[in-house]
Amino acid sequence: MSASDLSKYETSKYEIVIGLEVHAQLRTESKLFSPAPVTYGAKPNHSVEPVCLALPGVLPVLNARAVECAILAGLATHCTIHTRSVFARKNYFYPDLPKGYQISQYEFPIATDGWIEIPVDDGEANAAAKRIGLTRIHMEEDAGKSIHDDAIAGSDATLVDLNRAGVPLVEIVSEPDLRSAAEAGAYLRTLRSILRYIDVSDADMEKGNFRCDANVSLRPRGQEAFGTRTELKNLNSFRFVEAAIAAEARRQVEVLASGGEVQQATMAYDASADRTRVLRLKEDAHDYRYFPDPDLIPLVFSREEVERLRAELPELADRKSMRFREQYGLSEYDARQLSASRSLGEFFEATAERHGAAKPVANWLLRDVLQALRELELEIDESRLAPAALASLIRMVDEGKTTANSAQTLVPELIRDGGDPEVLVRERGLEAVSDAGVLAAAVDEVIAENAENVERYRGGEAKVLNFLMGQVMRRTKGKAAPGSVRELLVARLSDERP
Amino acid sequence: MARITLAEVHDVAKLSRLSLSDAEAERMTTDLDHILEYVETLRELDTEGIEPTAHAIPLETPMREDRAVPGIDPELAVANAPASIATAFVVPKVIEGEDEG
Amino acid sequence: MPAPPGTLRELREALEAGATSSRALADAALARAEALQPRLNAFAGLRGEAARAEADEADARRRRGDVRSVLDGLPMAIKDNMVQSGEPAACASRILEGYVSPYTATAVQRLRDAGAVMIGRTNMDEFAMGSSTEHSVFGPGRNPWDPARTAGGSSGGSAAAVTAGIVPAALGSDTGGSIRQPASFCGVAGIKPTYGRVSRWGLVAFASSLDQIGAIAHTAGDCAAVLETIAGGDPRDSTSLPEPAPAYREALGGDVSEVVVGLPREYFVEEGVDPSVLATVREAVAELERAGAKTREVSLPHTRYGIATYYLIADAEASSNLARFDGVRYGRRARGARGLTEMYERTRSEGFGDEVKRRIVLGTYVLSAGYYDAYYRKAQQVRTLLRGDFDTAFEGCDVIATPTSPEIAFRLGEKTDDPLSMYLSDIYTVSANLAGIPGISIPCGFSQGMPVGLQLLGPALDEATLFRVADAFQRRTDHHARRPPEIE
Repeated sequence: MSASDLSKYETSKYEIVIGLEVHAQLRTESKLFSPAPVTYGAKPNHSVEPVCLALPGVLPVLNARAVECAILAGLATHCTIHTRSVFARKNYFYPDLPKGYQISQYEFPIATDGWIEIPVDDGEANAAAKRIGLTRIHMEEDAGKSIHDDAIAGSDATLVDLNRAGVPLVEIVSEPDLRSAAEAGAYLRTLRSILRYIDVSDADMEKGNFRCDANVSLRPRGQEAFGTRTELKNLNSFRFVEAAIAAEARRQVEVLASGGEVQQATMAYDASADRTRVLRLKEDAHDYRYFPDPDLIPLVFSREEVERLRAELPELADRKSMRFREQYGLSEYDARQLSASRSLGEFFEATAERHGAAKPVANWLLRDVLQALRELELEIDESRLAPAALASLIRMVDEGKTTANSAQTLVPELIRDGGDPEVLVRERGLEAVSDAGVLAAAVDEVIAENAENVERYRGGEAKVLNFLMGQVMRRTKGKAAPGSVRELLVARLSDERP
Repeated sequence: MARITLAEVHDVAKLSRLSLSDAEAERMTTDLDHILEYVETLRELDTEGIEPTAHAIPLETPMREDRAVPGIDPELAVANAPASIATAFVVPKVIEGEDEG
Repeated sequence: MPAPPGTLRELREALEAGATSSRALADAALARAEALQPRLNAFAGLRGEAARAEADEADARRRRGDVRSVLDGLPMAIKDNMVQSGEPAACASRILEGYVSPYTATAVQRLRDAGAVMIGRTNMDEFAMGSSTEHSVFGPGRNPWDPARTAGGSSGGSAAAVTAGIVPAALGSDTGGSIRQPASFCGVAGIKPTYGRVSRWGLVAFASSLDQIGAIAHTAGDCAAVLETIAGGDPRDSTSLPEPAPAYREALGGDVSEVVVGLPREYFVEEGVDPSVLATVREAVAELERAGAKTREVSLPHTRYGIATYYLIADAEASSNLARFDGVRYGRRARGARGLTEMYERTRSEGFGDEVKRRIVLGTYVLSAGYYDAYYRKAQQVRTLLRGDFDTAFEGCDVIATPTSPEIAFRLGEKTDDPLSMYLSDIYTVSANLAGIPGISIPCGFSQGMPVGLQLLGPALDEATLFRVADAFQRRTDHHARRPPEIE
């Protein structure tokens, strides 16, 4: 039995248990405790002021917007919001941690005991949702960046850039409710969607403002007690998260199968080898000496403030998807696709309202518009296509004023440059050929020039009709409405049947 | 009985990023033991159920509006640094295992 | 009684009368600071040219009739743990060697905005950890009354500079008595305001929940003038109180016939206090009674736990506050270290003195896993009890009178080998910091030719009553008018 066979066999004996810790950067103009701007991609130390540098004598002052964002995140994930929470110092030495401690929340976080629902259907329609518990959400500041690039720093030095030091984060800790790498992925995608919906985080993994650590353990199927867990650090893409969890589960299976015990440890994932390795063992765990930050008094706000923010919460994806099904009669799949982002859902509804019928709008959006956006590498809210323009374009197709083919060709341009579809159709000469005489002439020509195929059709080969239709479309440069072409062609072919 | 041992002093010094000579560590163990002995008087007090005071003033933390001000001149940011390249601080190479984050 | 020579008020009156100029005052202060430096070691650094230029500007303003405040043009000094843009601030530590601050502390900025001329930075115990100004990279500070004795600490340089007539007023910081005890040892007045009254922005932190900036001068009235200028909320300090600075000088000149002075029975016991100090303080209390004040005994039952509580909390906070001194962004880095950990350890071991290291290790220890509840949390609970003592006591009195220190200024070197005995000399002062309440020390007599201080404590935010009582006492006595004989 090869190692991989062994793993497969052994894997079936164990259940994988995963809890995730997500760090999401809050969308603010300034840092959590200092008025320095939050920037991305600036040169080293171009976005710092005395607080970020931990100069002697500086003091932290809390950013009100960051607090609102954290409360919104808690509300959107069904957490209990604590109107009194406490900032604590987490003490450790590292060059990118300028104060020698990180200001975080420890004993008294701002939100606890929430949940989110994730799809567990792998894309199939009508499958169930699974509820994943959230242990807590707390606020903390980010560290700076250490640059270990030999080319810049030399082989015996590390560079330190504090632009990111002090950027506001929430850490969102899940319960160990996830049971596969795929579920972990679904959880992250759902969480990202929620944070984007409520506009508190860009939640962009590539830019490092949505980061994930995973706690992974195995237990024999049917056993209630959890096994020993390891912590996977710094998983910085969705693909990585799932691959790393799978690799760590494989490693633990091998350890258990060979009669060993999993040791509590912090692990790193090596993507090129698709393996995990130990960074440090539990014995070497740090003593962070948390204590309440004496420079900050407890964070206190009123219930009314929480309710004001709750009232501001937008409808979230799961509720919106359900409403789309009920209100517009969409399929579960379409409804979920259209509610995947807040801007897409809003675009859909605005277009549907102007057009009057939801289903064709859903089809156009999910097929042509999303495809064009992908090709242009744009998001819907970066597009210049207005809902009114899309509604008008679809209506022109409905009314036979242009063809679906012609309309499709205009979508990328409308996304890129905007404009009025009626004007564009006219300018480009994309009006459907509706003149009965022109169409009849084209049909007659095609019949005359394709005698052999006409015979085959009349001989019962129905599919030849498609070829003949194609010929007519080509002759009319795609501007004939396919329905009319088919109708006329079928009529003429039967008319002239001897 | 010793309240703090030489080994503990060495451990705590390491946690504080201080290196103590043997003589310093022994001296410090004696001093701290003496101080901790004095501190033990607190044990006489029953503090069951008493709220800890972190601040003498009963206030709520003030907040500032989320408005950014331009950072300080990057040259000034590194002006006090013992070592810098361009506008980045330079430290000796971080060896794996030193990562505390 | 007219203002004694060399006070803030007297110098201001001389400026107003045209009898002197800001420039002449600055020149004299700088010259005297330099002349006395070998004897007192009161300064960590002088500003020379910058101070003279600022004095010239003050003179120009005065000629234009554009006087900014009662402090305009008067020479002052700040402790070496307060930052000013473009100037060093070393906290008397080797680890901040060469550091130049790019920004200015709020309290210092307010003095400068008021027109005061900073002539220099005063000597102190390293990072304000000490009661004798002996733990300083600049060498020990000395007492103007007897250079073989300590000026007290940690604001010993500020107290000595005022006592010796170099500057009429100086800023100090007080974490456990660091303004009041040196004021007492040197025979000057020193106010530690209510926690939060003065912004800590730009004060290099020792123990954040205890640190407070205050003033040292000859009289309570002069302290009031300085505190009025620097007090008031600051959006850059989350722990600063939003209330605007009260007009403290309005409290001066009042009578004390309605004032009830509490005498805590735990402070007036013979144990652990120099009997002549106690007798001098009792006589001062009798003087207040003669001025019409009522006295009554009060109780602060947890007093004996103050020192232990204080050192646990202060050192825990300090161990974290001093983690930023790591040789990465500023200050002195050890040379030739291989690897990051060695750089950290050597930088900090070479850069910090023994007392600072002792406190960092103790503070780290009491916060570490397994000890937090037994030490740190316990101390915070006792802090609650100590606050409660004062709440109860102030239900029956307006101010509390105590000795500032159980002894007169001790000899240099007397306590450096016994950290605990040094800590115990703060017994009367630490409780005010733990409770966050204001306290003032004023000279109230002499013992063995050395000054003795009377400490008055008040309820939170009531510095005004402290000033009123202290001022009434000083109007009836002349202890504050005496100057060290050899440097008159």
